[in-house]
Parts: sequence; structure tokens; C-alpha cells
Amino acid sequence: MTETLKITIDNREIAALPGQTILEAADAAGIYIPRLCAHPDLRPIGSCRMCTVIADGRPQAACVKPVSDGMVIENETEELLEHRRNLIDMMFVEGNHFCMFCERSGRCELQAMAYRFGITAPQYPFQFPAKTVDASHPDIMLDHNRCIMCARCVRASQELDGKNVFQSIGRGYTRKIGVNGEKDLGDTDMDVNDRAADVCPVGCIIKKRVGFDVPFGQRKFDHKPIGSEIEEACHV
Amino acid sequence: MNTKKRKIVIEPVTRVEGHGKVTILLDENKQVEQARLHIVEFRGFERFIQGRPYWEVPVLVQRLCGICPVSHHLAAAKAMDGIVGVDTLTPTAEKMRRLMHYGQMFQSHALHFFHLCSPDLLFGFDADVAIRNIIGVAQKFPELAVQGVMMRKFGQEIIKATAGKKIHGTGAVPGGVNKNLSIEERDGFLKDIDQMLAWSHGALNIAKDYTMEHLEEVKSFGAFESSHLSLIREDGAMDLYHGNLRAINAEGVTIFDQVNYQHYYKYIAEEVRPWSYMKFPFIKIIGPQNGWYRVGPLARINTCDFIDTPDAEAARQEFMALTDNLPNNLTMAYHWARMIELLHAAEKMRDLLNDPDLQGTDLILKGDRRGESVGLIEAPRGTLFHHYKVDENDQVTMCNLIVSTTNNNMPMNLAVEDVAKKYLNGAEITEGLLNHVEVAIRAYDPCLSCATHALGTMPLVVDVCGADGELLDRRTR
Repeated sequence: MTETLKITIDNREIAALPGQTILEAADAAGIYIPRLCAHPDLRPIGSCRMCTVIADGRPQAACVKPVSDGMVIENETEELLEHRRNLIDMMFVEGNHFCMFCERSGRCELQAMAYRFGITAPQYPFQFPAKTVDASHPDIMLDHNRCIMCARCVRASQELDGKNVFQSIGRGYTRKIGVNGEKDLGDTDMDVNDRAADVCPVGCIIKKRVGFDVPFGQRKFDHKPIGSEIEEACHV
Repeated sequence: MNTKKRKIVIEPVTRVEGHGKVTILLDENKQVEQARLHIVEFRGFERFIQGRPYWEVPVLVQRLCGICPVSHHLAAAKAMDGIVGVDTLTPTAEKMRRLMHYGQMFQSHALHFFHLCSPDLLFGFDADVAIRNIIGVAQKFPELAVQGVMMRKFGQEIIKATAGKKIHGTGAVPGGVNKNLSIEERDGFLKDIDQMLAWSHGALNIAKDYTMEHLEEVKSFGAFESSHLSLIREDGAMDLYHGNLRAINAEGVTIFDQVNYQHYYKYIAEEVRPWSYMKFPFIKIIGPQNGWYRVGPLARINTCDFIDTPDAEAARQEFMALTDNLPNNLTMAYHWARMIELLHAAEKMRDLLNDPDLQGTDLILKGDRRGESVGLIEAPRGTLFHHYKVDENDQVTMCNLIVSTTNNNMPMNLAVEDVAKKYLNGAEITEGLLNHVEVAIRAYDPCLSCATHALGTMPLVVDVCGADGELLDRRTR
């Protein structure tokens, strides 16, 4: 019989399994902790810090921190919500995110996160960085303007596709997603059916010639905010 | 006596879409030497669309304008149909796009007539500006004001049902559309369409009666001969969504006809002048000096042989009888022509809403990729040209846009000059002069920047400057 742990999230006691991360335990209990780099099929790396919670008094990335019996977790405190708003803001101003003509609009996790947090315009000045578009692949386009450095594509290519198409290059502000050892995406063995082509939370990796095929009203986040699927799936 | 040349500036021009400025240059004898309508905003879309993927273009480029984005959306989508090698859409796709376009034409013409120009027609050009605005119309003619709002709403709802949103939708995609019209949506519109037709008849009668009752004034107000250009169906019918190019001169003689618009650049060229961001298009075989032409409702009524909806055709025949079936060259006749098109759009929407093809599910076609394509459409304000080149990586490498108002650039300048000459009393800036200049521009329903919407209460500043730039007089209202 599997041992069951008890943890508390925002004063609510829930059951958790040994080895689960805080994020996994919260998901199972129908509690949504915002995340952008985490993906259920990929190894967590705690990169975006959106899922930061206070666990036993210390800031922890919920996607990588394992639960322990009796752990007390703060998730929706005003301080943490402010922290997340700031992160979303910074992601918007550090790229060139023009939702109004982006084909991922309505399906974009960054945009949906901003809506969930009630952000209509960033509080920080736009950086308008010079970014490139790699359209060399016949079926996939890489628009660096919209990358938020979640590295889902890096992990999906390695862990799910058995390839090594993407890599993180550089440090700090100049860090970017590169195409591994090749000049352009068209030079790699990337295939349009690769999982790496499907995991991008924003409009950076897009499949060619299918943009805007889903009308308004039928897009993923048109009617319910991001996280609803977790909150509604497991009402305790 | 001051013998210097003088310059009068009207800025901004009110109750038009966007920002414009008028300069009237006076000679030493205080006579009007030249009048210019300046377009003072720079957009730059032709440049920054380069590098973007072609399927993004219909959604991106419509951001040029919040007033008639549907026109840019559809012109770009038509160009991208060519890029994906589709010359004929599925019936559902073609009719959904047409419904979207007629909805746009309907709401835009209603907005212009009821909200922007009706104060001039109902109260007179010289009426007090305090009442000569949409608020004044709402107070004195409340039923008309409500009609204007409701007709605009109907058109906007049609756009939402076909494009997904009232402004900046995504309905038209390369090779087709992304949705059809549901039974519920259709039935909601059918419930109101007869009312829209009735109100369209009413608006048409106001414009017609105004013209006939003020015929002498209309004949001498911004009237000048010009060529006319529009799309035309193969059988000569007016077609606002698709067709070939026809140009006629002021006497109705054909300059060219049934020109495939993919080759528009062999027939039309553009001239740049240093004082405006708006280019001056002209018909090549006539040349830049005299090759300019009119577009929009007046030009379309003049160029077509007939209209394929009965009520609008009857109205067209009545309109053409005024000039013995020769082209009508009166600036103020634009209003009457525009209301004939309003009725035509309502009739077209009625016919389409009763067409079961709109509930079809065959939405998108694909063909053999091409590298270059042109999309043309008759936007509310006139012929709209979109021309693109796309490389093998699907990225746009070239974009040329000739927007509707640009085609009317020279006619608007001439109308302003004509009116200024008639109404300028020496160098004195009168309220009457300001009003008449604006009325002349407004007849063309210009969309000067596609960015803002002035409602008649914006301050109007007029400067009188000496030839050396010295401010001699200023008047503000």
C-alpha cells in the first residue's frame, strides 16, 4: 500500500504521494499553481519561476520541489501574486509580443496567463529587442521575437523525439534558443511531427501554413482562463 | 498694403477618419494660388510587413485601420489566395467573404452618412457648429440618429459573425475562410434585414432629396471633370468584392476595360510629392499631370453598366438620369451614390442570408504556390490595391498598397482648391470658409490615417502665415 503524505496549500490540507513535486500534488488536488516552463510530459527544470511558492517558509519552484509530509505551502498570497505579475510583465517587455496579429493568440499560455492575472498592459518599458525569424524549415517557423526561454523545445527534442535540435545559447539577457550545431532550422533533422513542434507555450515555434485556422470562440482560452482545466478536473 | 504671399492652414480637418491638414496658399493679390490636403501621419506597413509569413498578412495588415479593417483583411486574403494558388474559392468561402464585405460596406456607409456628414446636410453648411454635429442630429432628428446607430450595429454584427470579431477579425485565411454561418446566426440577421432595407431606402431618399433641392449649389461646389476607376464584373455589373478594372473619362469614354488586376501596375503608377505622406496615383497612358481619377461610390456608379439588385438598380437609373446617363462629376453627388450602395449592400446581405451555401463546411482550398500576387477590392472609400511578393520560405519580401483614399488624393485637393477660390474672402478666415472646405473633403469620406475617429468637436486651428513663415493671424474654434 502506497504511503500517503499530508501537505497544506493555502490552509487547505491535501493528500500527496512520496516523490511528487508540489506542482503535481497541487494539480491532483485541483489547485492551480501558474507555470510556463513546466509541461506534464517533460522533466521539470524550474526555469521560469512562475510556480514559485513559499514552502515551509522558503521560496521554492513548485515544479521541481518534492513534497514532504506536513509541508506548509503558500500559493496565492498577495506577495506571490505580485511576484508572478512582475515575471509576466518582464517576459512581455523582453520580447516582441504582438498578440494582435500572432496566430497563437487565444491559444498562447503567456497571453492567457496575463489575462488570468488581469494584466492589460505591461508596467515596464518595452525593450523592443532585435530578434530574428528562422523560416528556413519547409514546415516549421521559428520566430525568436516571441520566445520566453522556457526551453520546452530543448527538452522535448531530447526526451521525447530522441533528437537534439534545440539548445540554450548565451547567458542572461542575451540568452536565446539556438539550433543545435547548425546554421538554420532547415539544416536540422527536425520534423513537423516531432513533439518539439507542439510544446511551445507561445508563438515562437509554429507550424507553417495553418495559422488562424481556428476561429474566434473555438480557441483554447476563449472561454475559460488558463488553469481552469486543473481547477475543474478535480473538485474535492 | 502687404504684398507678401500668404498661407492659410486648417488643422485638423474635422469629422473625417484620421488626421489631415489643409493649407491654402494665397498670392500677392490675396487670391487662392493653390490648396493642398496634407496627410500628416506615416504608417510604414509596407516596410515592416517584410519578413512576416504570408498567412499572417491578412490579420497583420488590417491593423492599418480601425475603420475599414475588413477591406484590408479581404484584399490581403485575396492576394494570399493567389500565393497559395487558389483562383476560385469554395462557394461557402466566397459567400462568407462577400457577406463580410457587404456588412462592412453597410456599416461604413451608414456611419459616414448618419454620423459624419448628416449634420452638414440636415442643418446646412453654415449652421452653428454647436449644433452641426452628431449630438445636434440626435437632439433634432432622434429617429435618424437611432437608425444610424442600429444600421451600423447590424453591419458590425455581420462582420463579427463572418470574421470572428467586429474589428480585426481572422475569418479570411489564404484559400478560404475559417468558419461558416450557423443557423442561429443567420436567423438572428434575417429577423432584422427587412428593417435595414427600409431604413436604407429612407437614407437614400434623404441624400437624393438633398441633392435635388440644392442642385444649383451642388453643381458649383467642388465640381470638376475627372476620370473614374473601379472594379467591374465581366458583364459590366457593379461588383464590390471582385472583378476586373475599368476606367472611363469624364465623358464616359472607356480608357481601359476588363483589365485583370494582377497587372494593375501596367496601367496605374504613383507619384510622390514632398509635402504629403500620401502618394498620387495616375493612369499611365494619360500621365501624371492629367491621369488622376476618382474612386469610391461616385466612380463605381459611373463606371458600372448596371447593378444586379433591383432596388439599387432603380436608384442608379434615377441617379444617372440627372446627367443623361453620362458620368456624374459632382463632388457632392458622392452622398447620393453612397446611399445607392448602402441599399445595394442591404439587398446583397438579404440574398446571401437566404443562401444555404453559407452553412457549407468546405472552407479552404490549396493549390500550387506562387511567388507574387495582387488582391483588389472595392472598399467603402474606393478601389484598394494590395500587392505582395513571397519567397520560397513563405516570407513576404515586397508589399505595395494603394489605399482607397490615396486614389482620391488629387480629386480632394482639387475640390478644396475649388471651394477655397469660391469662398475665401481676401485673406480673412471666415467660419464659412472652414466649413465649406471640410464639407468638400468630407464628401469623399477620406480615411486619412486609419487610426483615429474625430467627432466634430475637435479644435480647428487656422493659421495665416506670410511667405516667410511669420504667423500673421490665428483663429481657433
